[in-house]
Amino acid sequence: MRCSAGQRKCEVCLTMPNKLTVSVSPHIHKDESVSLIMWTVVVSLIPAGVAGMVIFGRSALWVVLLGIITALATEALIQLVSRRKVTILDGSAFLTGLLLAYNLPPNVPFWLPIVGSFFAIAIGKQVFGGLGQNIFNPALVGRVFLMASWPRYMTTFAKPLDLDAVTSATPLMLLKEGKWAGTLSYLDLFLGKRGGCIGEVCILALLMGAAFLFYKKYISWHIPATYIMTAAACVYVFGPGGLFTGDWLFHVLSGGLILGAFFMATDYVTSPLTYKGQIIFGAGCGLLTAIIRLWGGYPEGVSYAILMMNGATPIIDRFTRNRIYGSGRQEAAT
Amino acid sequence: MIREFLKGIIKENPTFVLALGLCPTLAVSVSVINGIGMGIAATFVLLGSNMIIALIKNGIPDKIRIPCYIVVIATFVTITELTMKAYSPALNRALGIYVPLIVVNCIVLGRAEAFASKSSVMSSFFDGLGMGVGFTLALILISGIREVLGAGKIMGQTLVKGFDPAFVIGMPSGALLVIGLLLGFFNILKSRKRA
Repeated sequence: MRCSAGQRKCEVCLTMPNKLTVSVSPHIHKDESVSLIMWTVVVSLIPAGVAGMVIFGRSALWVVLLGIITALATEALIQLVSRRKVTILDGSAFLTGLLLAYNLPPNVPFWLPIVGSFFAIAIGKQVFGGLGQNIFNPALVGRVFLMASWPRYMTTFAKPLDLDAVTSATPLMLLKEGKWAGTLSYLDLFLGKRGGCIGEVCILALLMGAAFLFYKKYISWHIPATYIMTAAACVYVFGPGGLFTGDWLFHVLSGGLILGAFFMATDYVTSPLTYKGQIIFGAGCGLLTAIIRLWGGYPEGVSYAILMMNGATPIIDRFTRNRIYGSGRQEAAT
Repeated sequence: MIREFLKGIIKENPTFVLALGLCPTLAVSVSVINGIGMGIAATFVLLGSNMIIALIKNGIPDKIRIPCYIVVIATFVTITELTMKAYSPALNRALGIYVPLIVVNCIVLGRAEAFASKSSVMSSFFDGLGMGVGFTLALILISGIREVLGAGKIMGQTLVKGFDPAFVIGMPSGALLVIGLLLGFFNILKSRKRA
């Protein structure tokens, strides 16, 4: 470990590790950029996509490709028309298209990912001024638009590991209708042998990607951990057979909770800046997800929960701003 | 006179430039027929109230002018509503509460306060006509887009067989989306022209 003065193990570093955060120049340059982070997130999502293609067959691949190509084309088109710099290689539009496609059932008509990706980039992102300006997560904006416009296609899911076009309900849909018979074990849910969206089914692959992002320190535990724990605690407390009877593991492993908590709630642009704010954000997402799943009209609430908390992010940021050392708390001092 | 008429259509379009009367615009712009009906009703009320208020403007005490305007406007709205009920009950049912609510449509009261109370009867007439036509055209544009995208129809006729309409455009959120995008589009046009 080097300290900023370039000396190896100087006295200050040994006696007070991690205490000195600001120093005089020269500073060590770390070769990280927005586009590197975006592409790293894309890489971390590859296992989940491969798993989705293994489980649902070739149609899943087409959905993902169409989603990505449309996202890139829309971004380029809008930036050309509005005479801005074309930045389709920074990975952010690629990531939006990929995440949107991961949130679609594998057997949707071919135009659905195209319309959804276009809407996500055009309305969810570029209307606000492009990367870093959007209030809501663009991929989720696209998904919710599709959900509200064509619910028939968005709620028909292909049967896993079955190449004929047989449809089946997701475990959460069955649970909502009171038909869940417990035919799938936790292991099946963990590996993704169930009906669902392309990228959300294989929990194992998602956790591999998330672990990679944790290792690279691109996401912190604050949002995912509070999100999943709050949701699990809520569904456990308000279980079907009275208090403290809920099947929390089932709720964590089914639906889009893992995909949403690790890859979409943690979006830098639309989540709070401080750790304190991120904990509030994660807890809010978990609470809303549980409320929608348990008492709402939809079987799944991850995308709505994250979008609602995206809307609350500016006010969370406002109230969790870090105190500048030496400022404020004047009354207490005098 | 012609200038008073034309300004309501483009330069001071009540919906896209003044952003007045958005509540009925959002609510009734589901189909073109509804939009035209609402536009004609509001135009009639605007014409009547603008002329009457311009006539009696010198007799209205300043402190109670708003209640006086509302009484005049409410009279014309009642005439409109009863006429509509008698001659096209279907349209009246489709527009529902938004016909009596023309009383509080801010275009009508706005023109009374901002224009008719300071102008002659003739120019108030043309101002009301221009604003009414501008409002109607805006409603036709918005409801046309929403009917095509949200229901796959235009004037009640199915356009293309096998087209899956986007439900959300027919819902209130779709109305906000369409109006927001159109407002942005017209602002772009305006800033291009100025530059």
